[in-house]
Amino acid sequence: MTRSTTTRSTTPPPRTLFDKLWDSHAVVTREDGQTLLFVDRHFLHEGSHHAFAQLAARGAAVARPDLTFAVADHYVPTRGRPAIADDSVRAMVDRLAGNTAVHGIRLFGLDDPRQGIVHVVGPEQGLTLPGLVTVCGDSHTSTHGAFGTFAFGIGASEVAHVLITQTIWQRRPKRMRIRIDGTPAPGVGAKDMALTWIARLGADGAQGHAIEYAGSAVTGLSMEGRLTLCNLSIEGGGRCGMVAPDATTIAFLRGRPFAPEGAAFDRAAADWLALASDADAAFDTEVSFAGEEIVPVVTWGTSPQDALPIDAAVPDPDRIADPARASHVRDALAYMDLVPGRPLAEVAIDRVFIGSCTNSRIEDLRAAAAVLAGRSARVPGLVSPGSSLVKQQAEQEGLDRVFVAAGLEWRDSGCSMCVGMNGDQVPSGERCASTTNRNFKNRQGLGARTHLMSPAMVAAAAVAGRLADVRPLLAGRI
Amino acid sequence: MEPFRRLDAVVACPLPLANVDTDQLIPARFMKQPRAAGYGGFLLHDLRFDTDGTSRGLALDDPAFAGARVLVARRNFGSGSSREAAVYALVDFGFRCVIAPSFGDIFASNAVNNGLLPARVDDAAAERLLGRTAAGHRVSIDLAERTIGCDGETIPFAVDDVWRTKLLNGWDDIDLTLSHTEAVRAFAAERAAMYPWSLPRDRG
Repeated sequence: MTRSTTTRSTTPPPRTLFDKLWDSHAVVTREDGQTLLFVDRHFLHEGSHHAFAQLAARGAAVARPDLTFAVADHYVPTRGRPAIADDSVRAMVDRLAGNTAVHGIRLFGLDDPRQGIVHVVGPEQGLTLPGLVTVCGDSHTSTHGAFGTFAFGIGASEVAHVLITQTIWQRRPKRMRIRIDGTPAPGVGAKDMALTWIARLGADGAQGHAIEYAGSAVTGLSMEGRLTLCNLSIEGGGRCGMVAPDATTIAFLRGRPFAPEGAAFDRAAADWLALASDADAAFDTEVSFAGEEIVPVVTWGTSPQDALPIDAAVPDPDRIADPARASHVRDALAYMDLVPGRPLAEVAIDRVFIGSCTNSRIEDLRAAAAVLAGRSARVPGLVSPGSSLVKQQAEQEGLDRVFVAAGLEWRDSGCSMCVGMNGDQVPSGERCASTTNRNFKNRQGLGARTHLMSPAMVAAAAVAGRLADVRPLLAGRI
Repeated sequence: MEPFRRLDAVVACPLPLANVDTDQLIPARFMKQPRAAGYGGFLLHDLRFDTDGTSRGLALDDPAFAGARVLVARRNFGSGSSREAAVYALVDFGFRCVIAPSFGDIFASNAVNNGLLPARVDDAAAERLLGRTAAGHRVSIDLAERTIGCDGETIPFAVDDVWRTKLLNGWDDIDLTLSHTEAVRAFAAERAAMYPWSLPRDRG
């Protein structure tokens, strides 16, 4: 008698980092594909007032205040604290304090030494960890993906939903891998990488996709650089942007206040390293860039996709075949008051801003200070560190003195001139070289003209009084 | 939430712009207001009005388009900031549907949560609809059939199946999710046991 046994392969199909995060958070998956995901971290800021109003209307409680953390950032003043001159602005900060107190949610408020921009504070405190699902009512929540967490921005109704249930319904997005290999030149960094891919794929190029950044130029970035890269994922339309956890991630997290410690940390680190995409995992879309082709970039228009190398010229809409694109370029140049064909490096600026969740971490401030040291800014400008702790560290390193000596204002931490809600605005008609994330019309103030670029490039623009290539200014300095 | 079934021969307003981000839909300075104040007046405020408050002549403020229920735009509508206030401004102005070739992900999700239909059509169809609505043709929307009727033509549109069902029934996610409360509680307990590091270390 013969007996045959069938051995079924137990090898699971290869999965991406994103698949692993999704699968490990799916509480309920409906027949129509809609999935209820468990939320590990929920960050709040002043904009949460609409969501708390929905809670109040239902008489509902917060399900997991222990997983919910609030930071005052969007409306906080960057000088003269703790006073807030504008009544309506103060009301927003007070409302957040009131709502979090009522529901027992920890708040890093205006008077807390850990206060800062929510997307800087989360990582800094070790609240943001690999392997989590993280949400916040802010589109730049994609920032936290630098740690290999599925982090995405949500609207007010969804914030209310998460507060009440600690879950969120999602459809599984497609998976996109953006690979950047090679070594970018000195003075070229994460901001240039991000604006380069967005310029190529478009502001909606990653719509409906979860992005994973990979390649040696990405893994070679510090956590600060990865945070900048992931932060800008939303400007290319991505649902989120992530980098797989590695030794850099783990070294950054060790010893952070809210991160695990001791044996628990070692156990966590082992789990985190296992999150990396399997070698043969499939992506719906793959795009690659050579690090060497990434150069310092500035935006010239009113969408983050309107970006070009600093040695390029303002585009000419009459030479663009696609009528819809030509019409956008014409409209953007009219708003920006730019003439087609003019070299970008000849465009004079009126002020600079260094700050925002995109570029306000210690490394960003060091990069700007390396250019400004011993030089003067030809235009006024603000420097707003990403958190009160970043501010403290920068002062210990003497960076504040470099900025002040160059003629820039050294301020407190908040969203500040990126969105202008606290009153830090670019006056109408003025042109600002800015480390922020959006060059939308009126974003930094009514009639403000924004050019996005890296902190080093903003520093170069400050020194030159016009858009400028930072590379010559770095000779002998880095 | 009020179910969305169909709109019959309603006024539709053209907005022939691409990349209308949510900062344009509602400038940040208006977002301190409670919703009860009504957000319709803030819609596209800085595109519509000069600093002295005079209309710049957008179709939105043309009496010919008064009472418009449908807005037609170009690609990447509602990109940028996650502010749900952008949807409040559209809804409070009177819109029930935006037709465009593509939408920002977060905006589209916010729209559905407020009973506003984000209807996707191809670029060519968007251009035809922009032309016809500018000429004063009305629009009908049938969500069950996923069609737009305008000037004798029937144009199909795309909307996620889940969102379609939600809009047709006027469902509220929170009520639905609360029916899974036990499953969520069990999941959370199991996750905390398996991955204790996933909880924030309590700093007291």
